[in-house]
Amino acid sequence: MDLLTFARGPGLQWAVTIFVIGVLWKLVGVILLRAKPDLSEPRNPSTWKGLRLIITRSWPRKEFLRSTAFTEVLGYTFHIGFLVALLFYLPHILFFEDVFKGVLGVNFQQVFGVQWPYFSGGVINFFGAVTVAALIAVLIHRIVSPVKRLISNFDDYFSWFVTIAPVVTGMLAYGHVGAPYQTLIAVHLLSMELLLVWFPFGKLMHAFTVFLSRGTEGMQFERKGASL
Amino acid sequence: MSAADVNQEHPLELESPRVSVKKPAARYDKQGDVPDAERVKRAMQNFVKDFGRTAAIYMESCIHCGMCADACHFYVTTENPKYTPIWKLEPFKQAYKREYGPFAWLYRTLNLKGKITVERLEEWQELIYDSCTVCGRCSLMCPMGIDIASLVSLARHGMAKSGLVPHELWAVAERAEKEGSPLGATPKVFKDRIEWLADDHEVEIPVDKEKADVMCTMSSIEIMKYPDSIVATARIMNHLGVDWTFRLDGYEATNFGLLSGNAEWQKDMSLKLINAAIACGAKTLVLPECGHAYGALRWSGANMYGKPLPFRVMHIAEFLAENTKSGKLKLKKLGKSVTFHDPCQIARRGGAIEAPRDVLAALGVELREMEPGKGLNWCCGGGGGVVTIHRADPIRYKVFQLKMNQIEETGAELPVTSCANCRQTFDDGQAHFKWDKKMNSLLEMVADNLEGKAA
Ligand code: HEM
Ligand code: HEM
Ligand code: SF4
Ligand code: SF4
Repeated sequence: MDLLTFARGPGLQWAVTIFVIGVLWKLVGVILLRAKPDLSEPRNPSTWKGLRLIITRSWPRKEFLRSTAFTEVLGYTFHIGFLVALLFYLPHILFFEDVFKGVLGVNFQQVFGVQWPYFSGGVINFFGAVTVAALIAVLIHRIVSPVKRLISNFDDYFSWFVTIAPVVTGMLAYGHVGAPYQTLIAVHLLSMELLLVWFPFGKLMHAFTVFLSRGTEGMQFERKGASL
Repeated sequence: MSAADVNQEHPLELESPRVSVKKPAARYDKQGDVPDAERVKRAMQNFVKDFGRTAAIYMESCIHCGMCADACHFYVTTENPKYTPIWKLEPFKQAYKREYGPFAWLYRTLNLKGKITVERLEEWQELIYDSCTVCGRCSLMCPMGIDIASLVSLARHGMAKSGLVPHELWAVAERAEKEGSPLGATPKVFKDRIEWLADDHEVEIPVDKEKADVMCTMSSIEIMKYPDSIVATARIMNHLGVDWTFRLDGYEATNFGLLSGNAEWQKDMSLKLINAAIACGAKTLVLPECGHAYGALRWSGANMYGKPLPFRVMHIAEFLAENTKSGKLKLKKLGKSVTFHDPCQIARRGGAIEAPRDVLAALGVELREMEPGKGLNWCCGGGGGVVTIHRADPIRYKVFQLKMNQIEETGAELPVTSCANCRQTFDDGQAHFKWDKKMNSLLEMVADNLEGKAA
């Protein structure tokens, strides 16, 4: 079996399996834990209103704007860049549609009635470059900032690595740089599989837990009428 | 007041601008005679014991973005990265991953997270106690919505169980458990004080009435240092014609069980108040000007009791606001400019943000808000038991400077607050910096300006 066949076959299957089971294991493991009911008399009985924190904590309160601006701007830049490259590039879409059809047995267009929009390869590469630049800046900040350096561990650096890897390898494949195209695609796929495998075990889980933690703090604080 | 000094081993300092135990010749920051391995085990077991879903969600969510540092007065004033809020939980985070999280088996099998040692916990004592006022500012900064302050409280549970509480904090907590007050305000002392105050100020102060609509409580700091607050409470209650009482079986609202992390003592202290209120059939329990007393009873009381409380719990500022708004309590116009220092546990974490402002409006003052203010107000630096810890003085004075600057910037004539613990932190800071601004009590201000009071 050559590298690309492995990456497209068993490699992908294993990666997706570990990702799905791992994410579920972690989420279910946490959600099933005992939660003591709060017996205090609520100030605001509609505690669910606190769920707004899931949205509103996406930007800092104005008092914190100055001190968080750098991290926030870079964070938004690489998250958006990453998602655009992943979701709006035609070869990716074809791949996802393929998977979609393989799993559900119907065409994406038939179900949603629309064409999945996409950008040209040039635009995607631009987003890719911006993402790489922002992620490098994030890494430098992590090493240079005394606070971030102190609190960082293996997870932080490795999660950074598996995030930047598919973007870099994707751009290399697009530009046919450094190796035969087949190999480049294989490496690109493998880098994405590494991301999937690592995802449940490290801090990348924040993509899921962010809803739980913001929602929890939001509801508990709303109950008390505390500052959100 | 040395008669109040029952516990001779840890003499009280009543003359200093704050009340606490005397600097011990030798510190005993480790309590009990327990092997180190056992201490670590207890710390971790008790940290995870109360580990419900909420705490686990928080533990799983941190992305090490470091933003919380800039919310914490201890980091902002020192720029020492060890004061980053989430770093204060590092050994506990490690323990969680190793012992409790969904992948704990994996971490243990592969030995990915090392075991915690007692040396590490001792090192962290300073971070968990001396340099965290549990003010909750960081919890508002975290982009993941992690309530870091609540995790510090959980970590204190582990530390208390393993006997790793800073000496003075432990000593006052033990005093509170044994004598009914952390600062020598035993039932006898309280009763004597009330008799003396009632005589001196010609005010009626009911004690131990069998039935009453309202049960009032005090903090030990007020009883020992600001007894005018007792008089003020009585004046206002009498003025309103409320059927009220103090009870000697439940008058002391501070909760050093909570601050030190001793969950059993916390429960004992809360149950005293709850049982006393039930005994006199109170419909409302009024908490004094004390921040953590509010958190302890208003938000944790029912959970300690195990069922909803059969009475309302109000902070005195909320009680005053209710009565000024309904028009029952009429106040003379003060006509000065004031700035209000929001006690963290009442405002940011307690939700009673507007109540004191309603009262100030009734006093007709010009309110000049601090920047940042209200829910994001800087902590005075003395909360969470920090003001009792002597070795924390240098850093506490550092963070107090933030507070002084904030107040100076408003240009207001009078700083006002509604927490006796903040107040003594201000008094102490004022003495240290020879500052010309004296902190005032909202309660006493109201009592001094009752409309229709004989002048
Ligand atoms: C619901 C989706 C997501 C939300 C709300 C979210 C939110 C955040 C936030 C608030 C931060 C901290 C800010 C910063 O350090 O820049 C962060 C950091 C990070 N996120 Fe996400 N994220 C999401 C999805 C993802 C995904 C899907 C990935 C990658 C596969 C990712 C990778 C990262 C990385 C690597 C960091 C750390 C950057 C550093 O080293 O400081 N995130 N995310
Ligand atoms: C700027 C960024 C990126 C560029 C330029 C890029 C480029 C490419 C190219 C050229 C292909 C090959 C298409 C083909 O001929 O079959 C590809 C496939 C793929 N890419 Fe990317 N990519 C980028 C980012 C990413 C990211 C961030 C991910 C996932 C995390 C990803 C996942 C995939 C997958 C799953 C395939 C399908 C491979 C297959 O055909 O079996 N790519 N990408
Ligand atoms: S609760 Fe307050 S003192 Fe403690 S870490 Fe957070 S901001 Fe700092
Ligand atoms: S702000 Fe929140 S996510 Fe960021 S390091 Fe602090 S606790 Fe972790």
